[in-house]
Amino acid sequence: MSQKKTDRREFLKRSAAVAGAVGLGAVKPALGQDHEHTPVAPEPGAFIRGSDEMTAYGSRSRFVDSVRIPHGGRESPDAFGLDFHIATPLQDSVGEITPSSLHYMGTTRGSFVPDIDPDEHRLMIHGMVDNPIVFSMEDLKRMPSVTRKHFIECAGNRSRSSHTTIQETHGMTSNAEWTGVLLSTVLKEAGVHADADWVVAEGVEEVKGASSIPMAKAMDDCLLCYGMNGEPVRPQQGFPLRLLAPGFEGIFNVKWLRRIKVVDEYYMTYNDFGHLTRDPVNAALGYQIGPKSVITYPSGGQQLPGAGFYEIGGLAWSGGGRVSRVEISTDGGRSWKDADIRGTAEPMAHTRFSFEWDWDGAECELQSRCIDEIGQIQPSRQQALDFWSTDGERATFVKGQDNSIQPWRVASDGGVHNAIS
Amino acid sequence: MRSAKQWTALKTLRTLLLVPILAVGVVSVQAQSPLYGVGRTPTDNEIRLWDIAIGPKGEELPVGNGSVDMGSELYLSKGCAGCHGTLGNGGIAPRLIKRDAGPNANPWDYGRVLPIRSPYATTVWDFINRAMPLGAEGTLTADEVYSLTAYLFFLNDVVEDGTELNEITLPQIQMPNRTNWEQVPDWLPGQPRLEGYPY
Repeated sequence: MSQKKTDRREFLKRSAAVAGAVGLGAVKPALGQDHEHTPVAPEPGAFIRGSDEMTAYGSRSRFVDSVRIPHGGRESPDAFGLDFHIATPLQDSVGEITPSSLHYMGTTRGSFVPDIDPDEHRLMIHGMVDNPIVFSMEDLKRMPSVTRKHFIECAGNRSRSSHTTIQETHGMTSNAEWTGVLLSTVLKEAGVHADADWVVAEGVEEVKGASSIPMAKAMDDCLLCYGMNGEPVRPQQGFPLRLLAPGFEGIFNVKWLRRIKVVDEYYMTYNDFGHLTRDPVNAALGYQIGPKSVITYPSGGQQLPGAGFYEIGGLAWSGGGRVSRVEISTDGGRSWKDADIRGTAEPMAHTRFSFEWDWDGAECELQSRCIDEIGQIQPSRQQALDFWSTDGERATFVKGQDNSIQPWRVASDGGVHNAIS
Repeated sequence: MRSAKQWTALKTLRTLLLVPILAVGVVSVQAQSPLYGVGRTPTDNEIRLWDIAIGPKGEELPVGNGSVDMGSELYLSKGCAGCHGTLGNGGIAPRLIKRDAGPNANPWDYGRVLPIRSPYATTVWDFINRAMPLGAEGTLTADEVYSLTAYLFFLNDVVEDGTELNEITLPQIQMPNRTNWEQVPDWLPGQPRLEGYPY
């Protein structure tokens, strides 16, 4: 046994002794709750029988029941089969990747998911270019490709006091490994005119959702994605082709992408109209997702078995670049300690963090705070509301994207609750 | 409290950022000949058929014309009234007529109503053309879209009764919010959303 494990065991014993000594004896350490197990083989009927389906595509254990839910109390699909927003079960997430089946989904007006034959799909690059080009999917797959991890988050992903679980408070962000061609590669191929400042990206769905994207972003890191987590992009995510605008609000990541039009001004599409504001501060906060993090375990609706050791786990991300640091508070934001970054923080990607915590069994409040590589710090809800308050009028709502800190209250019975007031 | 300070910061930021973004534009957005030669060149006709994105200048608008009168009939016959209400309100779909905000109201007081809040008439034409009616998107003729757009502008006192619109006159409409909105500051990689947010 390693020295570290021995130390932990000793430490836990001491913690339990201390807990008992101060009168918390009713809360047993988590280690003491299991019963003795005899190693036995599963009953013959308990094997998963081989099947053509299991051979062909596989499936998860029947004991795993983690699922997405419609977001915001709106039915999805509705009676007509339209999909609306669907939230991912972050409470069950491990690692950094959201499985494709569980990736959150957003739509602009409710949408029938287009059923596209990839052989018939085309992408047109045109407008202020020297050489307009039409690509088939086969053409695109011949082009130089990249594979990158990026999150996508809906601008409306905000925690409300009525929410009880992290799926409700934060379920409209997900992270996948995306494969495709850099938009800059095809724009250079087309030869963009020097005075072109914007591109308009458009999908094939019935509303033909279109967004204006600044040329600096298009040339920096936007991706034309045909691959997601090692297989073709899922229909709900834009099969056979979607745009990824890393770190930008979800709506810019145009699905079922059919057209990139190079233009010399902001086109004020209907999607763009959704961002219309007369407040320069609100406008400045409109495109890029701010630094954000959330503790996935323990999180709202979960139940801790008792005092003792826990690895606090969570996700941090920022539209501004890599996550450089995550801090944890176990006392409601009064003091902060560095969390461990698990794996390698990548630009505009969910980054897993963890923090070793010995819970003494007393009520407390857990928070996490993200700091990104360009120095942006995730604000507390108080700080964000202070910012939006004016003389004489106290803000009760964080305008635009709400990237404020999520507090989870751990009650003395081990229940975990949303502590947003 | 925040506005004065943030305004100044924002203006400064914009001025500072203008120079590098122009430089980036010149260096990396240079026109060049194809490197890979993959894909094919679309025909002019193909581009015309695909290109439904109408910019503020209205260059892509198809030839056609419509009138407030025709629009008021189409509003009923095409089923718009069923979801948006007979007079542009009271339905399950977004409101299309401005709220009563009294005399001398700021256009922002009329609510989030596309045919009055949008800075450009082209946005209204474009959205009706690409996304309406629900379930039958793309079936309206250009003339019908000009008529429906004219009618919605009439409902919101943007144009007078009897107005006719075509590809020349539509982009010339002065919407009340034409300049009364804020563009996002120029975006650059590695740039904070807003210097000093929130503290």
